[in-house]
Order: sequence, then C-alpha cells, then structure tokens
Amino acid sequence: MSVDAAAVAARGGFRLPENRKVRAGLALLSLFVLLALLGPFVVEDVFGMSATAIDTSASMQPPSSAHLLGTTATGEDVLAQLVVGSRISLLVGLTAAVISTTLSVLVGVAGGYLGGRPDALLTVVTNVSLVIPSLPLLVIVASYVKGRGGWLTVALIIGLTSWPWGARGKRAQTLSLRRRDFVLAAEMTGESRWWIITRELIPTLAPLISASFLGAVVLSMFADAGLAFMGLGNINLTSWGSMLYWAQNASALPRGAWWWFVPPGACIALVGLAAGLVNFGIDEIANPRLRRANRDIRRAAKAAAKRAHRENS
Amino acid sequence: MTAPVVPLGAESAPAATRKGPRLGRARYFVRRLAFYLVAAWIAITLNFLLPRLMPGDPASVLIAQMQGRTALSGDMIASIYRLFGNPSEPLWDQYLTYLGQVFRLDFGLSVAFYPTPVWEVISAALPWTIGLVGVVAVVSFLFGTAGGILAGGRAGSKLDSVATPGAMFMTALPTFWIALLFVLVLGFQLAWLPTGGAYDPDLEPGLSGAFLGSVVTHAILPALTIAMGWAATWYIGMRNMMITTVSEDYVLLARAKGLSKGTVLFRYAARNAMLPSVAGFAVNLGNVVGGQLLVEAVYAYPGVGYLLFQSVASVDYPLMQALFLMVSLSVLAANFLADSVYGLIDPRARETGS
Repeated sequence: MSVDAAAVAARGGFRLPENRKVRAGLALLSLFVLLALLGPFVVEDVFGMSATAIDTSASMQPPSSAHLLGTTATGEDVLAQLVVGSRISLLVGLTAAVISTTLSVLVGVAGGYLGGRPDALLTVVTNVSLVIPSLPLLVIVASYVKGRGGWLTVALIIGLTSWPWGARGKRAQTLSLRRRDFVLAAEMTGESRWWIITRELIPTLAPLISASFLGAVVLSMFADAGLAFMGLGNINLTSWGSMLYWAQNASALPRGAWWWFVPPGACIALVGLAAGLVNFGIDEIANPRLRRANRDIRRAAKAAAKRAHRENS
Repeated sequence: MTAPVVPLGAESAPAATRKGPRLGRARYFVRRLAFYLVAAWIAITLNFLLPRLMPGDPASVLIAQMQGRTALSGDMIASIYRLFGNPSEPLWDQYLTYLGQVFRLDFGLSVAFYPTPVWEVISAALPWTIGLVGVVAVVSFLFGTAGGILAGGRAGSKLDSVATPGAMFMTALPTFWIALLFVLVLGFQLAWLPTGGAYDPDLEPGLSGAFLGSVVTHAILPALTIAMGWAATWYIGMRNMMITTVSEDYVLLARAKGLSKGTVLFRYAARNAMLPSVAGFAVNLGNVVGGQLLVEAVYAYPGVGYLLFQSVASVDYPLMQALFLMVSLSVLAANFLADSVYGLIDPRARETGS
C-alpha cells in the first residue's frame, strides 16, 4: 500500500469511499455493529425471546415458525442466541483489536521513526513474537486463567499476542515517511520525538491503521471462536464461539443439527468477508496496478473487441 | 499487502535511502541462525515462565490430580516441581534445572494418558501431523502458485475474475468451521468419506493395501480443508505479485522477442514474482499453524492439534506445555529453512538496512 494515496485520502476529511468493495464491506460491518447494539433488545424485549431459556420438550428442533433457526439440545432458541451472542463476539473482537492495534502502532511507528538501536531491538522483539505460533500460546494462557475475568481476559490475551504482524507493516510504512518534508520541518522547529510520532506520523498513517484495525478485529474474532471451540474462554457466556462449542459438545454434527452451528460460523465468516472486502478495496485504491487489473483491463478488452468488430464489418 | 515481503529480521531500508552492504552467504546464515536461536531460547523461557506467572499453583493442582489416580513417587513429585514451579526454590535455580530437563526431552507424565510420559505421547502424534502438513504444503503450493501465475499473468481473464473473489472468500472463513461443514455434508449426510481418526480401527496397522487405503481416505478431508486455506493464501500473494511483475520492462522484452506466452509467464515473470510470495508465506506460518491445529481437532485426526484439544479437555498441563514448545520449535525450524533457501537463491534477501 502506498502511503501517499492513503495520506491524500485522509486530508480530504471523511467522505464516503468511492471504491465499491470498500463500501460493501463497510455497509456489512455496520449491519453487524447495529445487530450487536440493538439486536439483543429487539429479540428479548420486543419479541420476548430468550437465549438461555431451557425447554427440554423442544430439544434440537429444526427451523420452524416457532423457532426460526431451530433449537439447541436443551431447547434454547438458536436465533436468539445468535443475536445475543453477536454482542460478546464483537466486543471481544473490538477490544482485542484496540489492544493489538495500539501496541503495533507504538512499536512499529516508534521503531521505524527512531531507527538505530531502538529500532533494531523492537524489530527483534516483533519478529520473535511473530514466529512463535499464537494459537498454542493462547490455549495455554487461557487454560491457566480458567475463565477468570470473563470476556475481558480473553480479549486481553488475544490482543497481547496478535500485535506483531501489524507492527511489521507499520514500521515499513513509517520508514517511507521518515525523510518527508513535513517530518523534517517538525524536527527543525524542535518538536520532541514523541510529538512527531503522535501528532505527525500516526495521523498520516491513520487510514492504513484503520484498515489494519479491521483485519485485527476479524483475526481476534477467529481466535476467540477457536478458543471457545476448544472449550476455553467464554463458553458459559452466549457468543458465536460458545455456540459452536456446545453444538460440537452435544454431537450436533452426527445428529445433523446444521441449524445449530452453521449460523454462528456464517456470521463470523460474513464479518471476515466484510473486512476482507474493505482491505482489498484499500489495496486497489493504493495500488493502481491492481485496480487496473481488476477493472479496467476487462473494460479495455471489451472496447477493443467492439472496435475490431466495427472495423471488420 | 502487495509489497514484497523480506524474511524476518532481514528487513532492508526503503529504496529511497542508501542500501547497506550485501552480506556474504556465510554471514547471512550465521545471522539468521543467531536470530532463530534467540527466538528458540525465548520460546523455551516463555514455557518456563507461564505456569509460574499464572494465577493459582499449577504444580499443586497437578500433584492433586495425579494422586487421585495413583500414589506418586518422590521422583515424580520432584519432576512436577521442576516443570511447573516450586515456590520454595529461587527462580534462577528452578530455571537451570528446568533447562536441563527440557534438553533431555523429559516433560513429565501426561495426565490425559496417565502414566505415559508426555514425550512418548507426542512422538506417537508427530508423524501424523508431519505427514498431513507435508502433503498439504506441497499440494497447496503447487495449485495456489500455478493459479496465481495464470490469473495474475492475464489479469481480468475469466480465471482471474472467478478465482480471485473465490480465494478472497476462502481466506475470510474460519478454517475449523469449514471443517465442521465438511464433516456434516461429506462425512455424515453423503457419507462419502470417513471423518474421525487416521485409519479404520478394525484394520491391523501395517503395510497392507487395505490399511494404507484407509490411511489415505481418512486423510483426504483434513488435508482438503487445510489445503484450501493455504492454497488461497498462496494464490492471492502470487497473483498480486504477478500483476506487478508482468508490467516490468524485461517481461515486455521477452514478449517482444516473440517467446511463447507460457515461457514468458513461467520462466520470466513467475520466477521473480515467486520469491516474495514464498517469504510472505513463511513469515505467516506461525498464524497458519493455528488453523491446522483446530482442523485436526475437528476431525479427531490423531496429530498434534488433536492432542492439544485433548490436553485442554483433561487439563493436562504437562502435555499442553510440551506441545507449545514442540510446535513453536517446529515453526522456527521451518522458518529458518525458508530463510536459508531464500538467502541462497535471492541475493536481495542478504542486503542489510542502512
């Protein structure tokens, strides 16, 4: 991604992005945020459904008019669980992403700007953290923690283990800004390094940081769901991950209860897809060659074919 | 995300600044080796610190857990204290005895498979995981890269417009959920393929055709699930690099010389586009492995991932810690291998920052 394109976009203030992929992705994400914010009220207060009410007479019912997405083994309503669970899943994703993005910005931008020994040290720390696989580490920490501290602990440990990838990218971007005029000007007026990092570099990198934030949200949600699926983390709170765990636990698969585990996974996948669309769109905005490849070449080919047709006839 | 990725720790300064000297091959290897040794030491130390920093007292929990089953000898209790912390001993002494124990591959006894030593449990699982990962790595690399070369070489073609959104979609899905869908549809509803274990338990393990056949059929679904995700990652990286590469002058020259399309794509453009793609995948390996572990758990495939799943279910800390160490060290080794190859074939990787 080039920093220039993103920086130009940032100076224009907030306006609806023109790229169609970015728009579609953002729309889908807003939908999920709305669902997490308002959904639980609508489902519980307006429709009087409950995510936790046990009804053993309606165990593992397929979708019907009474339960639009069927029921679990203990007769809980899957749709209600899906809506209520969106809150914890998004909350963990967002909190973990805030932690990991903050860390990655601090480490990456500071390293890239300061250079020399601090940079060498931060780079080694980043790279070592990157090559140590995060899932087994998460699993160990989560199993020692044993659910203490609820969703916040899970978000914390995911955030603390997922920052290195972002830090690498931000360091590379900062390196390309380090010798720009606006940074040199700030240095000459005697601004402190901290001021330059927080007031000059980070705002310039803001569009890229927000794109990587979306990616971090999705990865954190994947990690949360993966942990819950292994029986760690928040399995007693209703979330998309814990739904998958209980579905697996009650042998929903061999019993063919697809309505129990397809919806939560599909929701996670849709959030992933939305963030993917935004990131691909931003790649296209920043890399004209990709954009041209994705759209204009097709157009040009069509036009050429038309011209050839006209000349022949 | 389309920028070329250099190996870990070998970041070069951007083109605008002056490049540093290019390292000789020997010095490059020594530097990479030093980096991975440091990383390995940190992983081992992390493994030492985790149970000691965590709330609760894992050592006493473990001893209570095991004493519930059999009487523990004094030796065994001492071993648990060495691995999981002994409040009565200074941390530094604990660290030294711990290191000694790790280098002897003595990780204590497993709780889940009591009283089998952890190392034996892991050795039995390793071949399955290595076999699965090996096949998946080769297959996904071949398919993903070939697809990326063809699609990126002729951007906007039919292949490109179908495969690119498809691959994008693949990378947006949680791998273990795809595994669940496969189990449901292909395993239970259509009953095409087995979905549990690594072979038919009714067959005698050996080199018989029936046994090997059942090993292959049991591996198909887990391998397919993991390979789809990996191939998509390879594909996207390769396609984006190809788009940048095919507009280079030397590719234009090759085309102008009248070389065939295949030659231009595979022997000119792809050779240069592939290197950053390989480095990018290696760097991402630590993350990619997580998905593989969960997939094994879904299919109850008796590899390292399923062991991790079982160790969580039965709160088997010795097994869990040893698995973390083994997986980390394997990923480090794989990365070192990738870096070495990269440094050997691409001199640019050996450039240091200014």
